[in-house]
Amino acid sequence: MKTFTYERASTPAEAAAASARTPGAKFLAGGTNLLDLMKLEIEAPQHIIDIGKIGLNKIESTPTGGLRIGALVSNTNLAAHPIVRRDYGLLARALLAGASGQLRNKATTAGNLLQRTRCPYFYDTNQLCNKRVPGSGCAAIAGFSRQLGIIGTSTSCIATYPGDMAVAMRALDATVETVKANGAKRTLSLDQLYRLPGQTPHLETTLEKNELITTVVLPPPVGGVHIYHKVRDRSSYAFALVSVGAILKKDGTGRVAVGGIAPRPWRIESAEPLLPSGAKAFTAQLLKGARPTKENEFKLALVERTLAAVLNEAKH
Amino acid sequence: MEETNESTISRREMIVGTTAAIAAITLANVMGTQAAPHSVPLSLAKVSFTVNGQSHDLEMDTRTTLLDTLREHLHVTGTKKGCDHGQCGACTVLVNNQRINSCLSLALQHQGDTITTIEGLGTPDKLHPMQAAFIKHDGYQCGYCTPGQICSAVAVLNEIKAGIPSHVSASLLDTPQVTNMELRERMSGNICRCGAYSNIAEAMSEVAQKQA
Amino acid sequence: MKFETPAGTNPIDQLKVIGKPTDRIEGPLKTTGTATYAYEHNDEVTNPAYGYVVGAGIAKGRIKAIDQTKAKAAPGVLAIVTAASAGPLKTGQFYVDRLLAGPDIDHYHQAVAVVVAETFEQARAAASLLKISYTKTKGAFDLAAAKDSAPLIKQGQFSPPPTTNVGNFEGAFASAPVKLDETYTTPDQTHAMMEPHATIAKWDGDKLTCWASIQQINWGVRDIATVLGIPKENIRLISAFIGGGFGGKGTVLSDIIAAALAARAAGRPVKVTLPRPLIANNTTHRPATIQRIRIGATPDGTITAIGHESWSGNLPGGISETATAATRLLYAGANRFTQLRLAVLDLAEGSAMRAPGEATGMMALEIAMDELAEKLTMDPVAFRIKNDTQEDPGKPGRKFSSRKLVECLQTGAKQFGWNKRQAKPGTVREGQWLIGMGVASAIRGAPILKSAARVRLSREGIVTVETDMTDIGTGSYTIIGQTAAEMMGISLDKVVVKLGDSTFPESPGSGGQWGAASATSGVYAACVKLREAVANSLGVSLEEAEFVGGQVRGGNRSYPLGDAAKATELVVQDEMTYGTLSREYAQDAFGAHFVEVGVNSYTGEIRVRRMLAVCHAGRILNPKAARSQVIGAMTMGVGAALMEELVVDKQVGFFVNHDLAGYEVPVHADIPHQEVVLLEDLDPTMSPMKAKGIGELGIVGVAAAVANAVYNATGIRVREYPITLDKLIGKLSING
Ligand SMILES: Cc1cc2nc3c(=O)[nH]c(=O)nc-3n(C[C@H](O)[C@H](O)[C@H](O)COP(=O)(O)OP(=O)(O)OC[C@H]3O[C@@H](n4cnc5c(N)ncnc54)[C@H](O)[C@@H]3O)c2cc1C
Ligand code: SF4
Ligand code: FES
Ligand code: FES
Repeated sequence: MKTFTYERASTPAEAAAASARTPGAKFLAGGTNLLDLMKLEIEAPQHIIDIGKIGLNKIESTPTGGLRIGALVSNTNLAAHPIVRRDYGLLARALLAGASGQLRNKATTAGNLLQRTRCPYFYDTNQLCNKRVPGSGCAAIAGFSRQLGIIGTSTSCIATYPGDMAVAMRALDATVETVKANGAKRTLSLDQLYRLPGQTPHLETTLEKNELITTVVLPPPVGGVHIYHKVRDRSSYAFALVSVGAILKKDGTGRVAVGGIAPRPWRIESAEPLLPSGAKAFTAQLLKGARPTKENEFKLALVERTLAAVLNEAKH
Repeated sequence: MEETNESTISRREMIVGTTAAIAAITLANVMGTQAAPHSVPLSLAKVSFTVNGQSHDLEMDTRTTLLDTLREHLHVTGTKKGCDHGQCGACTVLVNNQRINSCLSLALQHQGDTITTIEGLGTPDKLHPMQAAFIKHDGYQCGYCTPGQICSAVAVLNEIKAGIPSHVSASLLDTPQVTNMELRERMSGNICRCGAYSNIAEAMSEVAQKQA
Repeated sequence: MKFETPAGTNPIDQLKVIGKPTDRIEGPLKTTGTATYAYEHNDEVTNPAYGYVVGAGIAKGRIKAIDQTKAKAAPGVLAIVTAASAGPLKTGQFYVDRLLAGPDIDHYHQAVAVVVAETFEQARAAASLLKISYTKTKGAFDLAAAKDSAPLIKQGQFSPPPTTNVGNFEGAFASAPVKLDETYTTPDQTHAMMEPHATIAKWDGDKLTCWASIQQINWGVRDIATVLGIPKENIRLISAFIGGGFGGKGTVLSDIIAAALAARAAGRPVKVTLPRPLIANNTTHRPATIQRIRIGATPDGTITAIGHESWSGNLPGGISETATAATRLLYAGANRFTQLRLAVLDLAEGSAMRAPGEATGMMALEIAMDELAEKLTMDPVAFRIKNDTQEDPGKPGRKFSSRKLVECLQTGAKQFGWNKRQAKPGTVREGQWLIGMGVASAIRGAPILKSAARVRLSREGIVTVETDMTDIGTGSYTIIGQTAAEMMGISLDKVVVKLGDSTFPESPGSGGQWGAASATSGVYAACVKLREAVANSLGVSLEEAEFVGGQVRGGNRSYPLGDAAKATELVVQDEMTYGTLSREYAQDAFGAHFVEVGVNSYTGEIRVRRMLAVCHAGRILNPKAARSQVIGAMTMGVGAALMEELVVDKQVGFFVNHDLAGYEVPVHADIPHQEVVLLEDLDPTMSPMKAKGIGELGIVGVAAAVANAVYNATGIRVREYPITLDKLIGKLSING
């Protein structure tokens, strides 16, 4: 880990401003992803701005019946919140399927959204990785790619966004509110937040360098059955091979976002009218243009079958 | 073919200049102290917290994790390092009664916190009920994951009591129960390669029953 | 004391302390964080510097140059050790890996340097400032590709004959009416013990003390001496607590050598722990195998021919994975053939991991038995029972010293409800889940080796046992204490056990499942001597002396045991050595595993629902610790069956998933309540303890039982471990 200077910010605006003031600064929320990467010098900020106590740890209802979630709300507190459990079951389920009890206590809402890929070559600094060192090459494409992406990937990077919570948030049409160093605020959808890799896989989000996520906003709840089915080799404490987050109505309509297969939570709204026709038809549309490797081809079938399981479960 | 490992340096930020000497310019105002700026590329900062009831005022290399602070600086070595990357749970401690992985937390993130480690739960002469139950049910073998398991186990029973649901809770709305599956799911962040899982679940059930 | 004829009745048979499910005596330390592991000796070493090991960034080639300029100038740096500065280093006598690479690199993450600094943070940061340039050369990383040109193994201390033949295998197999010929693969696996390899090294002049995490202290001292070229007498090695080993800490690895060299260079004690992401490629692992099994039988299920060939790979000079070991002994059959071949691979060193040979071989053999049972339309339990043998099938006339495999299978079948198993696979359903049951036999050699101990009796009647035996979670502290207590007629709380220090008498350490049986026998021998000394001191005739309840009775008198040490502490030492019984008898431990799994018919997710092991493993010294060893091994077996695989990148030449997130081992949620039945057994041919090891037996066969249960659930036979859902879903029909 490279040496860095450290400060504690006390308000969101101060944090954003401090970040603009200091070159190579980075926000530290829970630290469960950033410190992991710093130990390996995959990240090497020169200055850390601890945002743990900037007061963004509240969950509040919005006037329109939605929910505002502070960027620093822990995964545990978000999953345990009574309104989330009652009205946004999908979100609670996705959170509870992620990481471990200890990590969820520390992990924050914004930090979780911004966690980086778990591609094993990205994690090993001896290996070629375009995301870590732009232009160096990608060892994963011809290497061990079982966990990696099948769609939305590019010839320079096939890494996935590994998280669970964001899959639920994508299905729930969550938006992200930010503040920049100059005080300017904006709102982004998750598809606007996450970039696809193209030839610049090191650019993962559209956030500007000193832009701070302050809040995640959930629109009013969508009724229906909420299911999050995460498929992995061991039963817990593992990232998804594939996960399906779905909200399904009695008439068979609904929304579906999929994790573990793409550089961002994968949802194609235009495919959703096909949901009543069943998993096969919907998945064909959802995964149109997929380019799996030989090692992760099985994910095509796995998405369809996991969705079939979810549809089946929703009926019961 | 020729290679060098210099390519290891990674991201955008790095290009900004890794060799620049770092001055702890912000320390004084942030920490509310008169810390002198450091001209060497070593950055120290102050933090205060209590560990097992004892308060500590420390000045740490900013990079020091809570885990290494406990083990290497305070010599409270009951908390173990199994992976240093959040992947095993051996470093589990209670911070303000919540369990976390102390390897993925900077000491500096704990200003004002109350930290309890395995040593703070009980001692060989005065065992915590969970420690006693682990002994009785042989919920350990080599003992290396054990402090983390016990800290987690204590926290898990509290989490269930507090009504926090889990991945395996049938309903998100009902109060979770102390079932074998609930315990196992909630304990899954603590790996035991010796494979004492089945016995740990029994130890925990016994403590839960006694508490109920 | 030499053990040459089968044991008669002796004080151990009283079973006042031995055989009781006693809590571990070190439990209060381990559960309160007060047991001290290698890296934690802050009282003994007050001012250590920190060493950080740098691993090679390529798989094979040469170091061109190491530019140390930046690293040397980094804050806090005290020294940097590389092969160039270390002086000549040899390899140890068990592991063949060179523990500090340079200029040649033999495998990925082989240690190339250790950077020493005032703090851990400084050492780690400086380590990344070393600028190492390499010349890469081509390596061999693909076992399948190397298979056809792999030569036969060379017989040696840890290697059986490369080929064994009994009768005429080829002829008998060719003419067998029912036969099976299949190939199975097992992947590379890593021990993943929770405590990383760690050492604190301290020099006093030319004397070296290492607090390390080493299973076999005697090998450790020997290999430190060999590698560094210093006299054994100058080395003290201490491993009082070891956070798991499973064979991965057999003897000296890079952490010890790095720490010792770094401490010398820095002129200060140095502590080193291997970073977790380095361990899989830097240290040893269980090597992958390709195994071909051929079994021929008559329609009534009598095996007439059994053949097992196995291929593995290793660094030049490394040992092979002896996967055929169990096949030579487990089932009857007049015509037999085994063969082992070993390719040279440029991956990290392959070596022992829990039940080396048997665990791997039985992953294949016990699927093969399941497959053949189905071809014979026989119940898999019945098929195994039919082919039981009470003598070594390779050496007719050589009996098993004790073997209740049949009882294991029968008891297990009854207790598990095996009769509810549907022979036709894929027929039991619960909602989305397909349910199946599987069985496998278990066998593991029960070696026993020379072991010594010192015992002391104090005036207070406290008996202190000292041996360099280690406790890696196996319960050594407790069973050694129980042995001494039983022998001396005292309660366990009057015994102090001190282990894991090379200044104590030599034991064979923890490995090969020999630890418990050997070390307790050594303590037995020492206690026999102490009883003599006590009788002498009290003036009681040894024949009459009774050691009961802390008293020594003789004639019409009774003395508190401590009286014998009134004048001065009694100290005696002895060792147990062995005659030829282990050649006269086949000495093995046996078992049977039963597993029930559910397989999600949509996603192929596999979950273990029930597990039962029945073991027959000599006298059980402490049923609580023994049971724990077995459930732990069962857990590791589930990992082997369903998730564990070091994935080889055959282009780069390394194990890709080299951390605990990438290499998945079972977690709590994977493991249901486990049942263990320990069958009554006393094996007088082993030692006066009549005990065998059990810690490795528990893993043998588990993975195959899981695999067979998956087959029974789904009708899909997977012969490449681990059995993951991607190998099922293409063939799985949705249900529910
Ligand atoms: C072993 C292991 C297993 C895991 N398993 C799972 C899993 O199964 N599913 C899953 O979803 N996750 C999993 N995780 C990931 C975990 O959920 C994330 O590490 C965590 O959510 C990150 O949150 P944090 O607050 O700790 O982020 P940090 O590490 O503090 O930050 C992450 C990134 O976000 C930036 N950041 C943080 N907050 C803000 C903000 N407000 N504005 C702008 N930038 C910000 C930081 O600068 C940093 O770049 C696992 C992690 C580990 C170590
Ligand atoms: S897939 Fe992406 S993250 Fe992985 S090695 Fe290739 S470029 Fe790097
Ligand atoms: S040491 Fe912290 S999780 Fe492994
Ligand atoms: S007791 Fe050894 S890892 Fe759990």
